[in-house]
Amino acid sequence: MRIDVAKGILEKNDALAEGNRALFAAHGVFVVDLMASPGAGKTSTILATIDALRDRYRIAVIEGDIASSVDAEKIAAHGVPAVQINTGGACHLESDMIRRAVETLDLDEIDLLIIENVGNLVCPTDFDLGENAKIMILSVPEGHDKPYKYPGIFQVAEAVILNKHDTMSVFDFDEAEFRSVVASLNHDAPVFAMSATKGEGVEAWTTWLAARIEASRAAAGEGVS
Amino acid sequence: MHEMAICDGIVRASVETAQQAGAARINSIDVTIGELTEVVEDALRFAFDVARQGTLAEEATLNVTFLPARSRCHECSETFGHGRFDAQCPTCGSYLVEPVSGREMRIDAIDID
Repeated sequence: MRIDVAKGILEKNDALAEGNRALFAAHGVFVVDLMASPGAGKTSTILATIDALRDRYRIAVIEGDIASSVDAEKIAAHGVPAVQINTGGACHLESDMIRRAVETLDLDEIDLLIIENVGNLVCPTDFDLGENAKIMILSVPEGHDKPYKYPGIFQVAEAVILNKHDTMSVFDFDEAEFRSVVASLNHDAPVFAMSATKGEGVEAWTTWLAARIEASRAAAGEGVS
Repeated sequence: MHEMAICDGIVRASVETAQQAGAARINSIDVTIGELTEVVEDALRFAFDVARQGTLAEEATLNVTFLPARSRCHECSETFGHGRFDAQCPTCGSYLVEPVSGREMRIDAIDID
């Protein structure tokens, strides 16, 4: 006997993500899902973002890694609440992991929650966590051809950070070609050339992020802070 | 390799539907996957073999239909098929397009006894 199912395969994740989204909205928390390869500079980008925006927003971080708590310790040493999720081998974060991590945070004390996804250019793409914006980081040493090889992640990102821009002269990275391929995949996504550890280009990224947060608040009818 | 999580989703939802229908076993599961999802068929089938163990779907066949990418142009309303990289309107050249299909991950039907 054949019966119709007509269910999304990731329905459970999507439903939990919508629950997270409603929870974040109720507490006025703007959530960023930061995705990149291992070593692209996700943690450095978070630290630079904290330094730029900590006077304006109360920030917290969820760190996703297969194992260890070295990233959460780095963030906590910066004086910002940090929760470590160890996926124990899973290659991406899912919305129930976020829900459990959030239980340890006081959402009323947070304006901006940055989720550092597991280092991976494929798997985080299709998993909604309940975030407001997915942001993708590519670093110059990875090469300008990555959008050809991993188009999905460039398509779901609302903005792309091109990190380690200060190493451009060492690597054979064609920035014009990179920007052109990203534009063909995701026409509206801004690309921020940046060096998170040196500070170059950080302001353009954080100015964009702050404007995005304010637009989200205005849309939610909370006014601007 | 997020195919494992996808197969967990396929098996979980199929078994739930089969149990509600009072099924003794699931013979087959039909799923639709969009070509933009980066799901790899070999990895999906390997993960399915693992995920179905010890469930009503233990003997089930997985039938996969891959859907090509299509987008609708915001400028001229043309709907067109495209590959993974060239989501540009063939009629007016605009990149202001909205995906219509290609990101599906859906269980369509199951066959049960």
